[in-house]
Amino acid sequence: MRPVIPYVTAALLFGLGVYGVLRRRNAVLVLMAVELMLNAVNLILVTADTAVRAVLPHSGQVFALFVIVLAAAEIGVGLAIVLQLYRLRASVAVDEVPLTEPAESPRTGGAPEPAAVSAAGRDTEVGR
Amino acid sequence: MTGADVLLLALGAVAVGAGVLVVTTKHLVRAGLYLVVCLGALAGDYLVLGAELVAWVQVLIYVGAVVVLLLFAVMLTRAPIGASDDLDRPGWPAALIGGGAGLGLTVLLVDAYRWSTVELTGAGAGTAERLGEQIFRSWVLPFEVLSVLLLSALVGAVVLSRPDIGRPGPAPDGVPSQDVDSGGRR
Repeated sequence: MRPVIPYVTAALLFGLGVYGVLRRRNAVLVLMAVELMLNAVNLILVTADTAVRAVLPHSGQVFALFVIVLAAAEIGVGLAIVLQLYRLRASVAVDEVPLTEPAESPRTGGAPEPAAVSAAGRDTEVGR
Repeated sequence: MTGADVLLLALGAVAVGAGVLVVTTKHLVRAGLYLVVCLGALAGDYLVLGAELVAWVQVLIYVGAVVVLLLFAVMLTRAPIGASDDLDRPGWPAALIGGGAGLGLTVLLVDAYRWSTVELTGAGAGTAERLGEQIFRSWVLPFEVLSVLLLSALVGAVVLSRPDIGRPGPAPDGVPSQDVDSGGRR
């Protein structure tokens, strides 16, 4: 078995994940690209487990299992945030999220008046 | 080139091809389905590499749970059915950084391993029995920390997705909120 084949696969998948995270506007697609990156890391761990003789056997596979668990937790919280964003602004475009809190309005939590909050958010929005 | 090499090459090509489609397609739902293909090919890679348990956990959790959750999110955010043109931002910085990361890692790993061979340890290398021994002998503490992390992620997701927890003021549907963290003073 040539370990370079799965290693190169993993490196290409990681590059694709980075590209997807930076390119996509839809938050769900950004999460999918993050999954690609996590899977690339898993493939590297499993390949290293067979290619490198470690002191503790099967450490790579155990780590891959841990990363899978972390990915499951990440996707749960991430989708909750995405759905909350959709409920707040009726859009999941990540480049329309204002990075600053609207200064003049008190913290209303946003949920009662989404139109007012999004209008105030556009005024103070940075980077557009 | 042994049989394992050919299998790894084929599955890797399928995974990378499906990954390209995930990050370039204009259909949201199709991106999720291509993700299934990519993750399935990676599970096949794990099987070839002898990591049985990881492969089946990958199929169970990623293909079974994560992709279904992502497709649910696609539906709940009312994504359009057909192709949508506003999914992408201008591409050249993303292509530059992504291509740089991918090619840099490729060069690094190719330089580290060249065309060397390792012999696969055969069947039974990554069964649940062996991995369970390792997890519950050497990695017990990270395992328990991960279970706490899963619990906190669960609680966090519930709190985030319920509009009537931790918000001052009335809830969107007019019901007075049960304000847990500020005691309902505001």
